[in-house]
Amino acid sequence: MSLTREIAFTLNGSLRNVTVPVTMTALAMLRDVLRLTGTKYGCGEGECGACTIIVDGRSVNACLMFAVDCDGRTVTTIEGVAADEASEPLRQAMVDNGAVQCGFCTPGMVMQSTWLLEQNPHASRDEIKRGLEGNLCRCTGYKKLIDAVAAVSGTNQ
Amino acid sequence: MSAIQRYLAPTTLEEALDALRESEATILAGGTDVMPQSQAGRLRLQPTLLNIRRIDELGGIALDGASIRIGALATISELLESELINERLPILAEAADHFASPQIRNAGTVGGNVCNASPAGDTLVPLIVLNAEVELASKRDGKVERRRMPLESFFAGPGRTHRAADELLTAIYVPAPAEGFVAHFAKFGTRPALDISAVSVGIGGVWRNGTFKNARVAFGAVAPTPVRGRATEGVLEGSALDAAAIGMAAAAARDEVRPISDVRASAWYRKEMIHSLTKKVLTNVADA
Repeated sequence: MSLTREIAFTLNGSLRNVTVPVTMTALAMLRDVLRLTGTKYGCGEGECGACTIIVDGRSVNACLMFAVDCDGRTVTTIEGVAADEASEPLRQAMVDNGAVQCGFCTPGMVMQSTWLLEQNPHASRDEIKRGLEGNLCRCTGYKKLIDAVAAVSGTNQ
Repeated sequence: MSAIQRYLAPTTLEEALDALRESEATILAGGTDVMPQSQAGRLRLQPTLLNIRRIDELGGIALDGASIRIGALATISELLESELINERLPILAEAADHFASPQIRNAGTVGGNVCNASPAGDTLVPLIVLNAEVELASKRDGKVERRRMPLESFFAGPGRTHRAADELLTAIYVPAPAEGFVAHFAKFGTRPALDISAVSVGIGGVWRNGTFKNARVAFGAVAPTPVRGRATEGVLEGSALDAAAIGMAAAAARDEVRPISDVRASAWYRKEMIHSLTKKVLTNVADA
């Protein structure tokens, strides 16, 4: 039996208690233990950004994080953003710009874009490209994704 | 992985040092290396998994006398955002800006990048140029002891350092650069983001009145550890950084590195890239 640990953290605004193996990734905890499957498993090694979540106000790859390290912290996933009215402009811009192809990268893209726009509400196109450099879209639908984020940041550059 | 017998997340340095004294431990901070390496079976987790991320005194970036102290837990994003780093050690911000991805910069720590001891670690080359020292703490005979050593002597090989098993890297100290000190860094990979450097170059020195002095050169990914470029430093010392001098230094750099061929680049290609990057970095230094 692998060693487990009980942790408590704020997940999408609610306090959660969960027991997890100490070597489990935060991604496996979210998907397999808490059944929040919006956060995607892409590469499992931090290369693709499909598992992006926000922890204590910073975007991170859930696949590189130990679940036990969520203890005492504040975690937001795509389910939390989906329920947040403040993210409506980004969601609508994704729809208006057709920024979704197969959709697999979309939750990670929305999470990273949410963080990017929090950091830099008027991000330029170049800043948006830099901000999304850790997120891969294997349909290569980058232009429309950047258009969507640019529509929210109101940039013309 | 199932060999783990205990997980600890102490809030004080002493507790962490006690744990290191008691048993073999895997030290966990940002997790961006420990997690993928342990999942892939490249890193065997020790009986104790020691999460040091809740030890406040290991964080922060601040002036400390004539040095700048970078806490082991400072993240790469914190380097990038720090006013002190951008003003006093801009070469470090330059390296942080091209480090992995935003998500990894938000989690990965400077102490982790140093202890991971990759020959391609992106903060190592600028820190060697800056003459940084590492501080290691241990608890022996019941009291906390600290020692420092130059970062450039800290590495023993790929993934290996001279940190003893009961020691914890607590901070990096960088002496405040002298008046007129200029340094730049460049790395090369097949794409700007998320690529492990095929080669990297950092060069610094005091650039005043048309003369370059106290030259320090470091290269990444051309040897089992990041290395000083002493022959290149010799060529640069006292030079005017004109086109001829830059050409000579770049040729010296190409000649002194001994890279290997691997999946990222051939030895020949690495030597050629060292030549071009040295030229590029020196041109940036000369333009300052």
